[in-house]
Amino acid sequence: MLRLIARRLALGVLVALTVMTLAFLLTRLSGDLAVSIAGPQATQADVEIIRKAYGLDRPLYVQFFAWTGRAMVGDFGQSYFFKDSVANLIQKRLPITLTLGLVGLSLALLISLPLGILAALRENTWIDRGVTLFTMVGQAVPSFWLALILMIVLGLQLGILPISGTGTWQHFVMPGIVLAFTAIPALTRLTRSGMIEAMASDYIRTARAKGLSRARIIFKHALRNAAIPVVSIAAVQLGFMLGGSIVIETVFALHGVGYLGWESIAKNDFPVVQAVVLVLAVFYIGLTLLADILNALLDPRLRTG
Amino acid sequence: MSALLDVEELQVTFGRTAAVRGASFRVERGETHCLVGESGCGKSVTALAVMSLLARGGQRSAKRMRFAGTDLTSLSDREMARLRGNRMAMIFQEPMTSLNPAFTIGSQMAEVMTRHKGGSRAAALDRAAELMGRVGITAPGMRLGQFPHQLSGGLRQRVMIAMALMCDPELLIADEPTTALDVTVQAQILRLLANLKRELGLSILLITHDLGIVARVADHVSVMYAGEVVERAPTAELFRAPQHPYTRGLLSCVPVPGRVQRDRPLGSIPGVVPAIGPGFAGCAFRSRCAHADETCARAIPRRQAGDAHDYLCRLEPDWAELQPA
Repeated sequence: MLRLIARRLALGVLVALTVMTLAFLLTRLSGDLAVSIAGPQATQADVEIIRKAYGLDRPLYVQFFAWTGRAMVGDFGQSYFFKDSVANLIQKRLPITLTLGLVGLSLALLISLPLGILAALRENTWIDRGVTLFTMVGQAVPSFWLALILMIVLGLQLGILPISGTGTWQHFVMPGIVLAFTAIPALTRLTRSGMIEAMASDYIRTARAKGLSRARIIFKHALRNAAIPVVSIAAVQLGFMLGGSIVIETVFALHGVGYLGWESIAKNDFPVVQAVVLVLAVFYIGLTLLADILNALLDPRLRTG
Repeated sequence: MSALLDVEELQVTFGRTAAVRGASFRVERGETHCLVGESGCGKSVTALAVMSLLARGGQRSAKRMRFAGTDLTSLSDREMARLRGNRMAMIFQEPMTSLNPAFTIGSQMAEVMTRHKGGSRAAALDRAAELMGRVGITAPGMRLGQFPHQLSGGLRQRVMIAMALMCDPELLIADEPTTALDVTVQAQILRLLANLKRELGLSILLITHDLGIVARVADHVSVMYAGEVVERAPTAELFRAPQHPYTRGLLSCVPVPGRVQRDRPLGSIPGVVPAIGPGFAGCAFRSRCAHADETCARAIPRRQAGDAHDYLCRLEPDWAELQPA
């Protein structure tokens, strides 16, 4: 178990280093940063001053190691646009994105697990087909469109939820629903197929031969095995949610990390862009590691690896 | 005393396919009763129907199906679940996949006991360790904490047997329990079942296609063909004087010392078990039988060939002497 965690951790560090390198190189590839920071009206002299001030005149590898060295200790430099340190900016924005991601994932699990189990237990009935249709429609609907429809219906016509901003917990309901819908189709289908496979297995026949109650057979013996792929995908989905919340944060004017990333890309605030990419990547790595650990806890066969 | 398990005219259908067509047999207390027949003849489905474990889509009906005086056909799912694992237990052909990979051996064994008899988990684990010792598993204390993937096939089947015995059942149904195991382990498991029967007064319904196993462990035998019990007899009598042409065919396929001549090839039965659709009448074996004539397409009588020996055929009990096969 410890060996497994250590190996995955080492792999995670490698992935983080790769992401740092790519983030750094891609921001440099997008053009001469000094020119874009200075703006269209700047003279050649202004550009040179900016180039010196931000250290952009140094060789690329010097810039890279200077940035990574400071990033290791949590110093991501100053934002060019916000007049604040990047670390501060992210620290302020992160809780919003995390809240949104967790609300989204919780809603997704609350909806997709029961639906998937129900569809599996009623395989090939109209309930099962209804669930399958629902997941297909859910897959096809773009999240910005769903966001707008919810805003019109729940926000404007019924007036029960605020349509933008981050003031209260109600502000997270609609974005949470929209975010959940990006994960519900995959999670529902995975739960369904996992449960169908488990319920048809020999060990479930044994559980029935033992005279166990139906609830115990379904929720202990079958679900435990069906949950293994669901956990892996749920962790990956949460990662997608944190990254993909850029669209939803923008539509609902939630000032989270995703929104910050979008703003800084538009404004060439590259220290922020690099940091946002890195933070999201680290979350993704952490979630994958968490999924591996959870899976090892669920499936004893993975513990000796 | 009445039989422990008394099944009369059991019918099982899956959609339009009849898997069991009026099978009748009785398992007496303290005996090993073998259901024998080739693949697809409905042996396993019969056992699953007795346990109410048929897969979805399986329809069961019976003129009579009594277990220790209780009418099994009248029980609700919940009442049936109270019997299963408690007074009647079952083990399967696939020891490798019959245990849940996600839980320890101890937890899977203990839950049978706590479910049916109540009591603490600790007491159930003690009982589990005791039974594991009894079925010949060494170091039961360590095994309780292990997971199925850490055990060999033979060990897993022993665990299945020990688990089936947790609540002291009266009937153990064993569906081809040794088919997936290698020969030496097979012999150990059969010996174990025979010992358990003797020591615990257990009745065993053993399903097998292997006549060698039948000869070694059975007290009574029911030969199944295409969903019917075509011949029932005490084991010795069945091997000495088989009556149904199918039984004779089966026996001729097995080398028996003293019965087989060196220069003659072993017998075989041509063809396979036919799929039986609705509205089928007469003898299902007639398409493969050397003695079939047009009367075989009509209703077939059940003939007596001894006190506890009967068979389903148009031929008289002494047909074999008149007309050697």
